Amino acid sequence: MTQATTAAWIDIGALDLIPRRGARVVRLSQACLAVFRTADDRAFALEDRCPHRGGPLSQGIVHGTSVACPLHGWVVSLATGEAEGADEGRARTFPLRVEGGRILVDISQLAGRRTLQRAS
Amino acid sequence: MRHVQKEVVGAAASPAPRERLVVIGNGMAPGRALERLFEAAPESFAVTIFNAEPRVNYDRVMLSPVLSGERTFAEIIIHGDGWYIDHGVTLYKGHRVVAIDRQAKTATSEHGVVAPYDKLIIATGSTPIVIPVPGSTLAGVLSYRDLDDVNAMLLAAQSRGRAVVIGGGLLGLEAATGLKERGMEVSVVHLMPTLMERQLDPPSSFLLREAIEARGVKVYANANTQEILGTDPIPGPSRVRGVRLDDGTVLPADLVVMAVGIRPSAALARDAGLAVNRGIVVGPDMRTSDPDIFALGECAEAHGQCFGLVAPLYDMAGVVAAQLAGDAKAVFNPSATATKLKVTGIDLFSAGDFADGEDRDEIVLRDAARGVYRRLVVKGDHLTGLVLYGDVSHGAWLFDLLKRGADISGVRETMMFGPGAQGCASHDPAAAALPDDAEICGCNGVRKGRIVEAIVAGSTSLESVRAHTKASASCGSCSGLVEQVIRLTIGDAYKPAAVQPVCGCTDLSHDDIRRLIVAKRLKSIPAVMQALEWKTSCGCAKCRPALNYYLLAAWPGEYEDDGQSRFINERVHANIQKDGTYSVVPRMWGGVTNAAELRAIADVVDKFAIPMVKVTGGQRIDLLGVRKEQLPEVWAELNAAGLISGAAYGKALRTVKTCVGSEWCRFGTQDSTGLGIRLEKFLWGSWTPAKVKLAVSGCPRNCAEATCKDVGVVCVDSGYDIVFAGAAGLDIKGAEALCHADTEAETIAIIAALIELYRQQGRYLERIYKWAKRVGVKEIKAQVVDDVAKRRALADRFVFSQQFAQKDPWAERVAGKDAHEFAPLADLAVA
Repeated sequence: MTQATTAAWIDIGALDLIPRRGARVVRLSQACLAVFRTADDRAFALEDRCPHRGGPLSQGIVHGTSVACPLHGWVVSLATGEAEGADEGRARTFPLRVEGGRILVDISQLAGRRTLQRAS
Repeated sequence: MRHVQKEVVGAAASPAPRERLVVIGNGMAPGRALERLFEAAPESFAVTIFNAEPRVNYDRVMLSPVLSGERTFAEIIIHGDGWYIDHGVTLYKGHRVVAIDRQAKTATSEHGVVAPYDKLIIATGSTPIVIPVPGSTLAGVLSYRDLDDVNAMLLAAQSRGRAVVIGGGLLGLEAATGLKERGMEVSVVHLMPTLMERQLDPPSSFLLREAIEARGVKVYANANTQEILGTDPIPGPSRVRGVRLDDGTVLPADLVVMAVGIRPSAALARDAGLAVNRGIVVGPDMRTSDPDIFALGECAEAHGQCFGLVAPLYDMAGVVAAQLAGDAKAVFNPSATATKLKVTGIDLFSAGDFADGEDRDEIVLRDAARGVYRRLVVKGDHLTGLVLYGDVSHGAWLFDLLKRGADISGVRETMMFGPGAQGCASHDPAAAALPDDAEICGCNGVRKGRIVEAIVAGSTSLESVRAHTKASASCGSCSGLVEQVIRLTIGDAYKPAAVQPVCGCTDLSHDDIRRLIVAKRLKSIPAVMQALEWKTSCGCAKCRPALNYYLLAAWPGEYEDDGQSRFINERVHANIQKDGTYSVVPRMWGGVTNAAELRAIADVVDKFAIPMVKVTGGQRIDLLGVRKEQLPEVWAELNAAGLISGAAYGKALRTVKTCVGSEWCRFGTQDSTGLGIRLEKFLWGSWTPAKVKLAVSGCPRNCAEATCKDVGVVCVDSGYDIVFAGAAGLDIKGAEALCHADTEAETIAIIAALIELYRQQGRYLERIYKWAKRVGVKEIKAQVVDDVAKRRALADRFVFSQQFAQKDPWAERVAGKDAHEFAPLADLAVA
């Protein structure tokens, strides 16, 4: 954990390809990312895995900067990955930025790690 | 004449003879006068009322909501029959008074009833003005005055033809929008260049015109009616067919409503020799030129003025009551009046005098995006007029400043933004800033002080305050203010009626939201959230699916479904499983299948290596473990074999389970399988508040288990027993009997009506058995079984909605709809 990692920003596609108040999946070799777009065009990247029972967060209803997991309704913050309300748990978040309408995600933290599992 | 002598004899016998009060007219003003009189001097008068209309006292102000369908007549009755009995009032319904004999002190009705009086109130109201153009007496030309006019308009509206409303004032516009709501094509013909020119300035009038036209009502301004055209009188009685304007334009019409103004009904008083000008002349004490006779309401002329709005008429009523009760000092002083248009969704408020003038300043706020316009007219240090359009929430407070003639020099800069902007340290609600004599309820003239009195006397709920003071009992728009007064008076002890809000994003209940979506004609989720003041920017996972359903049910064919507000299963038309894969259930009509369908299913299973195939409880086949990106291909293959989505994932019609019935079974009484298939083909595709499962059993042995379904049919020799509101899930509950039908067609029509009623009344996620428990099985039966017209209307509405709903969602997605749902944004795993 202490080793320095250099950011690895990759272009995963145009923001417009994601519906507002929606999400799409980016498949990686060890896991899936859920990339969200809010009503006001902000974007967030989370591991597509609910801290509760591993549900695919990308399939949930997006409201404000939160998503409701489709399996049991946990609400997870898109900004922090933390479960909201009385639930406790945290989904992994990934640095993301939007430049010229393209979404860039830093997946450097993923390199060489096997802790992530595919959601589906 | 003869009665005089009888009188003298009778009076000596009783120790405390009650004076006889006769009231001619039973409108809102005399109704209010009697209420006040019975409060101030109970038992002192024996009252007789003659009502030319054959009914009790009702809230005429609320006729427009009755016309538009937002209220029923029963809801706008002020005094029911019981009130007259309780107060010992003799009410002659349908008796027009034809003569007053001031010598003999009697009033005589057209049916010959002669009532002697000690005191007389003339409250004959007014008569609509009919403009004397050719054709004004044709059949189909109405005025807008009382319930009979409303009923005549409703009858005419049934043909859904064309209506022309002459007059673009308050009543004309209310009539026009009401008729439009009832399905007519409506035009308004207005003599002046702008609508409601007496209450509005040109900018707000322009906004109003836009809002009226946005509802589909055509407006012809500067338009002078020259003639009302009739049909050819030779084949039958001539009736209206159109209106010709003086520029030659002809507007076709099956109904013409004249709403150009009113004239005080003073003929009776004139014949009796009372002083009559335009109206019946009264002094400040409301007495006519005969001190035993009062005139009250629209027929009266006080201070050289006649009045048509309810607030001053109620003030007059208070004076008449006080005078009768012995308060000789009570006098009527007309104060400024405020106008509100009762067209739901159009908020406007105007009061006072807002004409431009050299000595006047105006303060204007416009917010074009929100359709808000506010104009305050100030003369010296006083507010003299105000027009609010779009947001009228500060109307009561501003109107109070105006009426009191308050010195506004200290609040001049901020008063536009209401009492909350007046630099109070706390964030007090609007009601806190109002003095005790400020009027809270404009309809019923209830002041804040009266409400506080009622609260202190023990009324601590809105309903109780309403019952005791009439505040908010008419149009209801001041309910919020009344609640504020209760909260201010009793603090945290106030417990508003326990409505369960839909979620944390709103304080409104499911029922409120449904009602307001229709009433305010809200047609999108953002529109609902804006108009109903959602507390969050885009709702949450609880309210958005509910709103999506309510909008879909309210505006079939118009509302554009918002997929992002649907739960994933309904968004991708498959059921998500715990591992993130999906299950696919094709429709199997009535649970019947064949070799071709089974072969297609088997081929799909092989081709996509579907890990599990399972027979469901609803008599169909479930394919489990399909990956999301495979769904469109799986559906394409199933579609090719004629299989469509079974909606096993939806708050929608699920299955119709059947037994084999008379076709095979030795006990079968009817073709239960065939009926099940016909029902499923009729009902599929419809969205409902929660899932709907049906079953049809061919005999009372009930092999299809119809009696624990949302809707079930049990066939018997004589026909079909329809049951509903069963449950066999979280709760177990036998179904309730709905009715017996003789034919399949009748069975289907009744079930369509039942499901449509549920679609309209059910709260989102509320199953039929819970809905039935909430609204009552009896009430549901009354609407879908007993009331045949209602049943037909419900079934028609269902059929109308179905034309938009019966599209196979699988086929749409095979054709490319929502393609983004089924493919990853990027696949970096292969890299």
